[in-house]
Amino acid sequence: MTWRRTTAIARKELLHVRRDPRSLLIALLLPIMQMLLLGYGATLDAKHLAVYAFDRDGSQTSQALLERFRASAYFDLVRTVDRYADLAAAVDAGRARLALVVPPDFSRRLRAGGTTTVQAIVDATDDNTANLATAYAEAVVDRFSADLQLDWLRREGLPDRAAAPPISVEVRTWYNEDLESRNFIVPGVVALVMALVGALLSSLTIAREWERGTMEQLVSTPVTAREIMLGKLLPYFAIGLVDAALCVGVGIGWFGVPFRGTVGTLVVATALYLVVVLGIGFAISVAIPNQLGASSIAILVTLLPTNMLSGFAFPIDQMPAPIRAVSYVVWARYYLTILKAVFLKGSGLGTLAGPLGAMALYAAIVGTVATRAFRKTLD
Amino acid sequence: MAEPAVDARELTRRFAETLAVDRLSFVAGAGEIFGLVGPDGAGKTTTLRMLAGVLRPDGGSATVAGFDVVRDPEGVKRHISYMPQGFGLYEDLTVDENIHFYADVFGVGRAARAEQARRLLEATGLARFRDRLAGQLSGGMKKKLALACALVHTPRVLLLDEPTTGVDPVSRRDFWRLLYDLAARGAAIVVSTAYLDEAERCHRVALLHRGRLLRCETPTRLKAAMPGAVVRVATPTPDAVRGALRDAAGVTGALVVGNGVHLVVDDAIRRVPELRARLAAAGVAATEIAPVAPTFEDVFVASVSGGA
Amino acid sequence: MTDAAVVVEELVKRFGTFAAVDRVSFEVRRGEVLGFLGPNGAGKSTIIRILCGLLRPTSGRVQVAGLDVTREPEAVRARIGYVSQRFSLYDDLTALENLRLFAGLYGVPRGARADRIRWAVETAGLAGRETALVGTLAGGWKQRLALGCAVLHRPPILFLDEPTSGVDPLSRRQFWELIHHLAAGGVTVFVSTHYLDEAEYCNRLALIDRGRLVALGTPAELRSTALGGTLLRVECAPLGAALAVLERTPGVLEAAVFGDALHVRVPDAAAALYTLSRALAAEGLRCTGIEPIAPTLEDVFVYLVGTAP
Repeated sequence: MTWRRTTAIARKELLHVRRDPRSLLIALLLPIMQMLLLGYGATLDAKHLAVYAFDRDGSQTSQALLERFRASAYFDLVRTVDRYADLAAAVDAGRARLALVVPPDFSRRLRAGGTTTVQAIVDATDDNTANLATAYAEAVVDRFSADLQLDWLRREGLPDRAAAPPISVEVRTWYNEDLESRNFIVPGVVALVMALVGALLSSLTIAREWERGTMEQLVSTPVTAREIMLGKLLPYFAIGLVDAALCVGVGIGWFGVPFRGTVGTLVVATALYLVVVLGIGFAISVAIPNQLGASSIAILVTLLPTNMLSGFAFPIDQMPAPIRAVSYVVWARYYLTILKAVFLKGSGLGTLAGPLGAMALYAAIVGTVATRAFRKTLD
Repeated sequence: MAEPAVDARELTRRFAETLAVDRLSFVAGAGEIFGLVGPDGAGKTTTLRMLAGVLRPDGGSATVAGFDVVRDPEGVKRHISYMPQGFGLYEDLTVDENIHFYADVFGVGRAARAEQARRLLEATGLARFRDRLAGQLSGGMKKKLALACALVHTPRVLLLDEPTTGVDPVSRRDFWRLLYDLAARGAAIVVSTAYLDEAERCHRVALLHRGRLLRCETPTRLKAAMPGAVVRVATPTPDAVRGALRDAAGVTGALVVGNGVHLVVDDAIRRVPELRARLAAAGVAATEIAPVAPTFEDVFVASVSGGA
Repeated sequence: MTDAAVVVEELVKRFGTFAAVDRVSFEVRRGEVLGFLGPNGAGKSTIIRILCGLLRPTSGRVQVAGLDVTREPEAVRARIGYVSQRFSLYDDLTALENLRLFAGLYGVPRGARADRIRWAVETAGLAGRETALVGTLAGGWKQRLALGCAVLHRPPILFLDEPTSGVDPLSRRQFWELIHHLAAGGVTVFVSTHYLDEAEYCNRLALIDRGRLVALGTPAELRSTALGGTLLRVECAPLGAALAVLERTPGVLEAAVFGDALHVRVPDAAAALYTLSRALAAEGLRCTGIEPIAPTLEDVFVYLVGTAP
């Protein structure tokens, strides 16, 4: 194997990428776009939920309660209506996530020292948000209720302590103090983008040459299969690292995701991940010598598993055992674990030996398969 | 005589049910331009691919530039250049970049390469277009560039698959001039073509049909060996003439050609007066009846129909 | 004039400042087979596209089948048939399905369809194989079928673009039988080709170079009058040296290698025989044969067109 031939192929590949507007788009624009789209769009938090209220009491107390909802960051008190039908219509049409009905005897019963209820209607077509909305609504009402109780105690001259529950929980969140789901989504997006870009670009490379007819000539020259593979993948490796840097940069600089680990660990992990992703793309390109097919399979094989089974969107330990077993085969899983650890926990190479080792093994296997896959014949 | 540059022995290759190449044997020496001539499906491309070491023969063997294509295909590849059908050029690379890429691939040193490139680009008339993207060249120029890339490392054997298809006759002449130069310097060239008239430019020709070798001779001898002769009848009414002469004695073929009829007869000298008489008797006008040199197409058709 | 199926008068087509077609004029009779020759980029395809009503001329008059191309391009398109290079049929449909498809596309009246499709199948020689997938047919059959498809609507004008490249010579001859049969029936045929052997099948040839009509005539006319001088075949070894000598010899208009001999163009054969052998002998080269030969169409082509683009 000679370096001259390998670098000749690498140089040529780089020229192809530079001169092909589609490849450039995928390599440079796509990562940034995905980061911005998903970084902003993909959030598991629920904020500014639209609320419609039907206040049948109209007292100062009921107004004060609604004011609490208005002031909360989680809710947006969009409108008050004076008919139940309007409320129902709003929830049906999706204009309201939460609908509150204050009964007409609300303040009267409270003044009389009794209890009352506020009805909350929740649109549960998105049950995740519905759960959160319910929990938040209950919290707001509980808080209001407790404050009412405190007021009453004070007016009666009793000590505050009587209103306080005996045990409370002091929560300290480690690693993701703001509980910003973005902080854990963004590293996931990095893994996703790199998987997509890497596999997509590399899966086109062999297929493109077959389609254009230049591969037939190339295999008739002294160039070896290994030189072709290395030469073709080196530029994509470099591009992948640049893309990773771009994504991480956007994550930290734009979204303010904390980065507590070392760049070294990140580079090692990213390099291994790229080897796996590029190797897979290359193997796809060898197996499917037309660009359309190769790119379709590449998207299927990277996007779907990375999305579903890497721990990006859905927690792995909540999956049933057989699916969990499958996730061990998904390479993005290890990279994602490492990314989250490096970003949020500041873990080093030592702590991450496990997942790093798994990726290294993966890289070795994929590399061997990819080299063997490419044959210098037309058969 | 030194060992032949290309020595094919009973080369055979099958694709599913079809026998693409059927026990093909031939020899080509240094300095010779050897033509594989035949229509699509004759096995030309398959043969060249086997000689280039990119397709394994199912049977038989071949030695190219001293290396066995079955046992040491990579050895073969170091000493040959193969130009497949289509272009094999990188359209989004410039002329210069293409040449340098192939120079690197074949291990041509920097110093030697500059001189070679200059010489080749001058010879192909591409010197002015060094910085133009290959995709923006005309068809004829692309083929010349592909040839230049193939020659950058001075191969001992050059395998060309239909290099002039779709190229106009003027560019084709330029291209052949380059081939002659190369052959004069000692390279062995095996070129395939579906243009039968190009067969005449080769030193020796192998006529292929459905994977089999029909004949293998110099063009002159092939034409001379053709059974019978061709007589051309110039006439304003070719159909009438054909109708009248088709079944005449000694006529084995009658073909309407533009403004006349080509007849294949067994003996020109004897038959021409007979044909003239027959036309006169039938009242069919003919401005001229004379023997003409057979074209390669005539030779080919005669070989195929006369039995391989 | 009424016999002219196609009339082209001072046709000009410019793309920006570039004149792709530069004042081309010619007429084609009904039932004539006209061959179009010329280097790529010379303007052949542009002219054909204009004749097909696919491109508007910049200036000049073009009349096809009695219709003015500029004013009625759609009508023109309905009256022409086109066979492209390398098969325009659908490989994964059967012969019959392709024919039915084209019959529909060309608006063949329903009543006539069955008959014409049957005719096309027979002339293509595919009787009994109509239900074979086109992809399984060999080149020659496909081209004849493509021709059949192109004439289902009985167009008076037919355009063929390199119709038999790569096709078996026997099939090629059968294909051209069909063409002549159609021409005899009054169809005017335009053939565009690089294959000079095929050009011989045409009634007349038009040579286009750099947007201009450089020559127009029967193959025989072109061969005998167009070439300046006589062509000699010179056998002399070694060829490379002989070529170098003859290129320098005064009185030699052109010299080129051709197989195992040289083709040399000279103004006067008789005088040349002496001059050339003397020039070669002076360099110590032994000349084994000099004889005049009839120029081929290629010689004419090269002479008229000159250097390649």
